[in-house]
Amino acid sequence: MQASQTTVDPAEIAKFEAMAAEWWDPEGKFKPLHMLNPCRLDYITGQIAAHYGRDLSKQMPFAGLRILDIGCGGGLLSEPMARLGADVVGADAAEGNLPVARIHAEQSGLPIDYRHTTAEAMAEAGEQFDVVLNMEVIEHVADPQGFLIASQQLLKPGGLLICSTINRNPKSYAVAILGAEVIMRWLPRGTHEWAKFITPVELSDLLQGAGLKHTDSKGFVFNPITWSWSISPTDLSVNYVTASTKAAKT
Amino acid sequence: MKNTSDILIVGGGLNGPALALALAQTGHSVTVIDALPEGAAEASDFDGRGYALALASQRLLAQVGVWDAVAEHAQPMLEIKVTDGQAGQPPSPFFLHFDCAEIEESPMGFMVEDRFLRRAFNAAIAAEPLITVIRERRVIAQTIEAAAVSVTLDSGEDLHGRLLVGSDGRQSGTAQRAGIKRTGWSYEQTALVCAIDHELPHHGVAHQFFMPPGPLAILPLPGNRSSIVWSESTSTAQAIQALDDQGYLAALRPRFGDFLGEISLAGKRFTYPLNLTVANSFIGARMALVGDAAHGMHPIAGQGLNAGLRDVGALAEVLTGATRRGEDFGSSLVLQRYQEWRRFDTAALVAATDVFNRLFSNNNLLLRLTRDLGMGAVNAMPGLRRSFLREAAGLTGDLPKLLQGKPL
Repeated sequence: MQASQTTVDPAEIAKFEAMAAEWWDPEGKFKPLHMLNPCRLDYITGQIAAHYGRDLSKQMPFAGLRILDIGCGGGLLSEPMARLGADVVGADAAEGNLPVARIHAEQSGLPIDYRHTTAEAMAEAGEQFDVVLNMEVIEHVADPQGFLIASQQLLKPGGLLICSTINRNPKSYAVAILGAEVIMRWLPRGTHEWAKFITPVELSDLLQGAGLKHTDSKGFVFNPITWSWSISPTDLSVNYVTASTKAAKT
Repeated sequence: MKNTSDILIVGGGLNGPALALALAQTGHSVTVIDALPEGAAEASDFDGRGYALALASQRLLAQVGVWDAVAEHAQPMLEIKVTDGQAGQPPSPFFLHFDCAEIEESPMGFMVEDRFLRRAFNAAIAAEPLITVIRERRVIAQTIEAAAVSVTLDSGEDLHGRLLVGSDGRQSGTAQRAGIKRTGWSYEQTALVCAIDHELPHHGVAHQFFMPPGPLAILPLPGNRSSIVWSESTSTAQAIQALDDQGYLAALRPRFGDFLGEISLAGKRFTYPLNLTVANSFIGARMALVGDAAHGMHPIAGQGLNAGLRDVGALAEVLTGATRRGEDFGSSLVLQRYQEWRRFDTAALVAATDVFNRLFSNNNLLLRLTRDLGMGAVNAMPGLRRSFLREAAGLTGDLPKLLQGKPL
């Protein structure tokens, strides 16, 4: 650990360190995300490796790839991408998350460019990436189509978008709202608005509406017996993830 | 950095080097710290210690690249005979016979002497560029940081890594320094261990005799030589151990019988008190325990090694999986996967041991031997029990890849 950031109030740093510890505590407030994370990472790393012909058993398999993590939070996805060698930008509209993410990345010795910004603002600034991650974000935005168009603009030609969200049906209401928020209290009440959940068909339409080619969908399924998540090729009834690509320059 | 590697392993016995090799093969840099000088345990003389390697363990050794050097010194176990009574007498109704022909044509396991295993491991870790070996040094302190761990050696040198692995035996200093307590009990029994030369060939047959004073295992070594594991009440065992070689053999002969002809001692005699010591947690902050440091079982005939190599296979698989998805492999999130995987197995094993204790009073050692080798009808009970428990917990097919003979 370095203690070189002399321009920042030490009390503030202590506060953010505590928050970083909380974000990264597998038994803490973000436990559901930590439980889901290995599955998300398996999907993301598998898709990126397949799309860009990388071998995950090699050192730094994502070296040379520029990856944007939209809604980066404490950096649960940004850090693994950086560890795999990618050049990572983590963006979050919630300003409080950023110092937390920065402190944890510094503790982990990972150079990640965390920014307080939005997809739309970055697209406007002309930034481009090989991979854009929209994980569990689209169900929180006001204009999903506009958000996906901005995501598409943020991709280099031939780039890869990974987008996950929650299906809208009675089961997802029972699981994601009643189960996760009300009964298990895994998530604060009001984390999700069921009406904003998106069905796989709707998401596919939105992706195509943004000019992307929808290439893959998988479900993330929670097994309450083994208390763990797994990737399902068929069960997209609650949490699911998609891959889509932007056309290469002709 | 010179003193920095991905993983620091304390303990250069057999599990530590096995783990180091498995992790180096998947691209991790590893430092192994051992208190003993090089070659201390690989003296050219046979010291009587051998391991009954289960087939799964042999597969792991093949995967980490040490089996070729060991194979020529290994004795395949082709048959197991379990007898209630004594050798040389007609089999009792409890006679059980297991032939490897019944299980896919391969041996049920291999008997390997300690010295050959150590030699093979020492050569392999010395040849691996990603492994650094520090010998004749003890760890005197360990420090946890946010994303790192450091240890201080008795030389004053500091080493840094992202994960510390305690492979330092049943009195693991790594576990103690991490504040991990242990649970255990004694069986009030002691195993007498030695190797014998015998007149007639053993034909690769392992014998296990249930006898009134205690169980006796005769495990075939290369040539006309076998390893003996002989359990008695602790007081009887101490009395026998105190005898001279002639007296010792005189006590052994009536138990052993004459089916292998004349017998004589082929090395030193050892005693091991039978007890169990399980660490209350297999993991701590930036720290994991493997082998006896996690679960000290009977240090007999290598059953502890078979269990330790399962830890090695599971931990190497968990850490490599984490590395490949970009996770911090030393984080508690990742280490918990290892703990869940191995503690379940250990709990099942402890439960099975307890059931056997009740059923067969003082025969638990032999039953454990039999069970862990995966051979026999006595094996069916804990086998079924474990299958059932695993099914219930959704843990079927949880044998680590390396023990299935698959690369990571």
